[in-house]
Amino acid sequence: MHSFGYRLNGLLTFSVTILAIMCAIASLSDNLNSRSPSAEIQVMNINWFQKQPQANDEVSLTMNISADLQSLFTWNTKQLFIFVAAEYDTPKNSLNQVSLWDAIIPAKVHAKFWIHTSNKYRFVDQGKYLRGKKFNLTLHWHVMPKTGKMFADKIVLTGYSFPEEYR
Amino acid sequence: MGWIGDTLDSVKSIQIRQLLTQAVSLGMIVTSALIIWKGLMCVTGSESPVVVVLSGSMEPGFKRGDILFLHMSKDPIRAGEIVVFNIDGREIPIVHRVIKVHERQDTGEVDVLTKGDNNYGDDRLLYAQGQLYLQRHHIMGRAVGFLPYVGWVTIIMTEKPIIKYILIGALGLLVITSKD
Repeated sequence: MHSFGYRLNGLLTFSVTILAIMCAIASLSDNLNSRSPSAEIQVMNINWFQKQPQANDEVSLTMNISADLQSLFTWNTKQLFIFVAAEYDTPKNSLNQVSLWDAIIPAKVHAKFWIHTSNKYRFVDQGKYLRGKKFNLTLHWHVMPKTGKMFADKIVLTGYSFPEEYR
Repeated sequence: MGWIGDTLDSVKSIQIRQLLTQAVSLGMIVTSALIIWKGLMCVTGSESPVVVVLSGSMEPGFKRGDILFLHMSKDPIRAGEIVVFNIDGREIPIVHRVIKVHERQDTGEVDVLTKGDNNYGDDRLLYAQGQLYLQRHHIMGRAVGFLPYVGWVTIIMTEKPIIKYILIGALGLLVITSKD
């Protein structure tokens, strides 16, 4: 009962259990954080709006994105993954979400920012339904912890629309 | 070297009844581990409730050797979720983020495009020939929680199976030579 093997076994089991409990408590402490993020997106310009040879609409746009996400960071946060998606519906699809731009915020000081950018990923519809369509721009964030449960949420900004004609 | 002599003595002095008791208790341990695993599969609704991250395509968020807890609910798949999926014909599951969702009006089925955070382009190169999107049946679960570094045990045991045999052999020896 007191051999080296038993002592090592007991020590390892105990330390693994304690580590697991500490990780769980760290994750639970994230719930105590009260969050108050804010964001604003302006579409500065629709660069071009075309129909592809395979008959899908494609658009390229330039945006000003500004946000203050500092209240989302806790001591248990490793990084914040944020992305801007355009959401709209078409006669064919009840919901379309297309991610236009994303970024990783590694620390709280970088969480208040302003960026002028064109869309990082191609905005291609499944079909030819974009002319004159209204769409929402949503800023999503995904809190990736050092350990434990991940949180995700978003801010929806409405009131954007595509031009009536291709250009 | 009295330790080796003691071990050999205890191996020689094993009786049948004691051996059977040991075998039954070993069997109980294995089956209760299996019960826990199957129970987790039911609770999370996913075929593999825990996966190990094998590649660096989601860095710096998930590094190789981290463990992800999965959950699969009937909720629709939305952009930004981290999903684990299997490509037809490949057995290793891939953990990436959803960047595009197209949900049909009539059937409610979804077409989903994924991309690893650390990859430059989307996953169309990984999909099967001619496949442009993933459907719901490809997706095994959503990642909801994460533990760092714990998965290295699985990676080492898969890549160097000799360590697995040594570990199981040592545990077996410990159980057999115990005086209880």
